[in-house]
Amino acid sequence: MTLSEFFHMGGYAFYVWMSYGLALVVLLAIFFGPMIAKKQILKELRMKYRQQEKLDNGN
Amino acid sequence: MKLPAIVHKFSSPRNFYFMAGRLIPWLGWSCLILTLTGLYYGLIDAPPDYQQGESYRIMFIHVPSAWMSMFIYMVMASAGAIGLIWRIKLADIVAYSSAPIGAAFTFLALATGALWGKPMWGAWWVWDARLTSELILLFLYLGFIALQASIEDPRNAARAGAVLALVGVVNIPIIHYSVEWWSTLHQGPTVTKFDKPSIHLSMLIPLLMMAVAFKLFYATSLLMRARGEVLKREQNSRWVKEVVENDAK
Amino acid sequence: METTLSSAFWALLKRDLMLAYRHRNELLNPLFFFILVVMLFPLGTTPEKQLLMTMAPGVIWVAALLASMLSLDTLFRADYEDGTLEQILLSPHPLPVLVLAKIIGHWLVTGFPMILLAPLLGVFMYLPGEGIVTLMLTLILGTPVLSLVGAIGMALTVGLHRGGMLLSLLVLPLYIPVLIFSANTVGADMADMTIKGQLYFLSAMLVLAITLAPVATAAALRISLE
Repeated sequence: MTLSEFFHMGGYAFYVWMSYGLALVVLLAIFFGPMIAKKQILKELRMKYRQQEKLDNGN
Repeated sequence: MKLPAIVHKFSSPRNFYFMAGRLIPWLGWSCLILTLTGLYYGLIDAPPDYQQGESYRIMFIHVPSAWMSMFIYMVMASAGAIGLIWRIKLADIVAYSSAPIGAAFTFLALATGALWGKPMWGAWWVWDARLTSELILLFLYLGFIALQASIEDPRNAARAGAVLALVGVVNIPIIHYSVEWWSTLHQGPTVTKFDKPSIHLSMLIPLLMMAVAFKLFYATSLLMRARGEVLKREQNSRWVKEVVENDAK
Repeated sequence: METTLSSAFWALLKRDLMLAYRHRNELLNPLFFFILVVMLFPLGTTPEKQLLMTMAPGVIWVAALLASMLSLDTLFRADYEDGTLEQILLSPHPLPVLVLAKIIGHWLVTGFPMILLAPLLGVFMYLPGEGIVTLMLTLILGTPVLSLVGAIGMALTVGLHRGGMLLSLLVLPLYIPVLIFSANTVGADMADMTIKGQLYFLSAMLVLAITLAPVATAAALRISLE
């Protein structure tokens, strides 16, 4: 099929591309969510350990 | 019932963390390649359907999503049961991490179902058996997520969630049967024409490719999510401290 | 003093019924709610007989679901707050059996009166006589399931601060099969179709609930009272 036919999807362009677009958005969110969360966790744990060390050294 | 010691060793959060870390790139890249291949065959190679034209291509997202929504629920309930019976922390984490992924696939199945339904049946939503069952499944997921979110202690949250998921598992066939029965009472003759005739090979192959790709996607994102959770829940152990320090370098 | 399981069971049931009797004003609230909700439907839609008659089984059953859910709080809340629940959990007797006693007590003061209200509500919704009988039959089979399954949800959320809304989210999806089969049974009966299969299915759900729900509820209680 030609490129324009591909985008046009026989008149159903809105429905087909909305579906694939939604899938892309949702799945990217599911994929990147944990990556960002993990960075966040590492940052928080780093800070927490440093604080603990300070407290320990203070004693 | 006691499990052999080797199971406990492999399911230690620490071993899981490093093993999963090595698996993720493999799973992720295979998922991507398979997805692109499946999309090529589905969107470009497969011919238009003689009844539905091009709109049937939504099937390549809709059907695998629906399959995943059910599969993930089973995994979630099984992991919950394992965590409940044998108190394996990793099982708790797998259940907890799977829930949002399962809910996402359920949502996707519903949304793409609606987008497929509009050109096919002329309506965004129809109370047909499958869409209705899927909608109820979404609420089962949301209930699970909400329950775990409202309990502070991760161990108790996991156990409560496991009980809920197991009750849900018993109910899913009942709900499914009820909804199908209810829907056939009032069904018009025009609905659900697309699943009975045998599917053409050129459409079946991309469908199966996408199904496997979605499974790989679930595996990848589950492992990623679980690793983050492991760090959080094991934060007081020495190996986590080492990981954090190494990461800072 | 050693007590047998059956004497513990009856003692618990009697106690719950006595406590309910002492607070009998509160018992009326879910029942008034039940009636009110059904009343709202004609007021919100139409007083037309044909339409109301068609909607009747579903409307009455939805109201029953909601009233049942609202009343779940009385199942474990009071005992949780005064420490009795903990004592029950410490008992040497199998917890599922004791839980069953509590659920039966609860159903007797919530579900059972709803069955007695059915004729009144049937009249509100223009339900014919036989329809009302079938409705009561489905309520007899269905309301215990609502109490049993609701108990699981209540046990899971009893320890939580604002567990009320969460409870509805957990329990309503599980109520759906009861709703579908009960309401549709009455509808089928009004259309002079056979309802034997549906009644068997409802009975099967009841038996399943009686056997499994107390176990799940007991497990959930132990988790909530950690």
